[in-house]
Amino acid sequence: MATTTSPSSLPELTPDDLSRYSRHLILPEVGMEGQQRLKAARVLCVGTGGLGSPLALYLAAAGIGTLGLVDFDVVDASNLQRQIIHSTKDIGRKKIDSAEEKLLALNPALKVVKHETMLSSANALDILKDYDIVADGTDNFPTRYLVNDACVLLGKPNVYGSIFRFEGQASVFATEHGPCYRCLYPEPPPPGLVPSCAEGGVLGILPGLVGVIQATEVIKLILGKGDSLVGRLLLIDALNMRFRELKLRKNPECPVCGANPTVTRLIDYQQFCGIVPESKQEKALKNGIPQLSVKELKRRIDSGENVFILDVREPYEYQIANIGGTLIPQNDVPQRLAEIDRDREIVVQCRSGGRSQRIAEFLQQSGYTKVANLAGGILAWADEIDPKMQKY
Amino acid sequence: MTIFIPTPLRPYAAGQPSVEVQAATIADALASLTGSHPELRKHLFTEEGKLRAFVNLYLNDEDVRYLPAKEATSVAATDTLSIIPSIAGGACRDLPPRSAAADAFGAKETRVTGPNLQPEN
Repeated sequence: MATTTSPSSLPELTPDDLSRYSRHLILPEVGMEGQQRLKAARVLCVGTGGLGSPLALYLAAAGIGTLGLVDFDVVDASNLQRQIIHSTKDIGRKKIDSAEEKLLALNPALKVVKHETMLSSANALDILKDYDIVADGTDNFPTRYLVNDACVLLGKPNVYGSIFRFEGQASVFATEHGPCYRCLYPEPPPPGLVPSCAEGGVLGILPGLVGVIQATEVIKLILGKGDSLVGRLLLIDALNMRFRELKLRKNPECPVCGANPTVTRLIDYQQFCGIVPESKQEKALKNGIPQLSVKELKRRIDSGENVFILDVREPYEYQIANIGGTLIPQNDVPQRLAEIDRDREIVVQCRSGGRSQRIAEFLQQSGYTKVANLAGGILAWADEIDPKMQKY
Repeated sequence: MTIFIPTPLRPYAAGQPSVEVQAATIADALASLTGSHPELRKHLFTEEGKLRAFVNLYLNDEDVRYLPAKEATSVAATDTLSIIPSIAGGACRDLPPRSAAADAFGAKETRVTGPNLQPEN
């Protein structure tokens, strides 16, 4: 950070700088040297959305020399309720271009570096390495863990903010002596447990509050003044307008910043967060039940997997056609749970997938954790796998 | 004592931001909370009754994981217990709402490689 730079190597302030930043210059905590530190600083904003908007605007206004922006989204009308860096005329435009225009209009001396890409394990270290501080304004768990790990590996402070509905969190992670995001949240919640803002809504002003807290922390880190949020988690409750803070401790066993790290390079953060690639469509869910395609079931049987196929049709149907499943007619299932092994993966099957879906839901409610429904049932099997199978 | 319920879990606690319970220890307080709001149980505990790894609990401003007696720590009526969830929102993409069923606990993300990977918005 700038505190490591000697004052003599800091950039000079121009006459324009002196008038623009006069209210900073008379603050003892900033002064000439502090303003020079801001001018020398390089800050990366991951995201130019709700948090990134106020963050980037205030950092540009404050005289940060170089601001990197990572975004590849376009402005949507529904963004404008909170993403104040974008205007109505920008709808449909790339956010990164819209943001650059506003930032340069505010401060033409600012150097904006645009990274029009999705931050990934492949590019994160390369993008982050040129910056002093990273401000995380992302909106999803995989990118949060990615930003954290990349910051720990590179030794860059990660100024964190997050929002949901009326609630916000802020902290500073990944400093040498402080905790990192993984110290606080060793594991991500299962997908679907925590709704995103798109699903749960967010008060438009809230990212303004939290983003400005992040901007404040960035400035303080550069100046080396005040008490930063290192080791503290600030909780913001906008509905009741209460701010609370919790103590964060560095986890000595943290897999990335602990004494014996097991994460020493960037990993697959989608997989880490339990997010299934779209190609595995059989993992699609219906009422919480994975929908298995007949092709995938065939592949698993052929590869010798120990799959328990539960056929919930009636005995006369089983006589017409079956794929070798264990027959327990749907109405008998509740009394015959003992015959269904809880530890095995169970694929429930019927004629076209309707009854089996209901039984799969029943099994899940009864405590079975590995239950899938055979999508399309035995009819799909006849259509896609075995044309000789009798359809009825 | 007062237990603060975070926004994502309020639907399972009758919408309340906080719940008052009478308890001798943290574990008692959680038992009392999940006793009166059974739907919270599966969000806080595994089937084996262990606190889920992504659930952070704070007694006042201290992480319960770092208290010597952990969940057996005794509590006073003036103490607060905070359940701190992971929240990821930063800008929030605007997608159509998901079905209530898909939001049920344990539901897997199906809208995966598309907009969910975007670094922001």
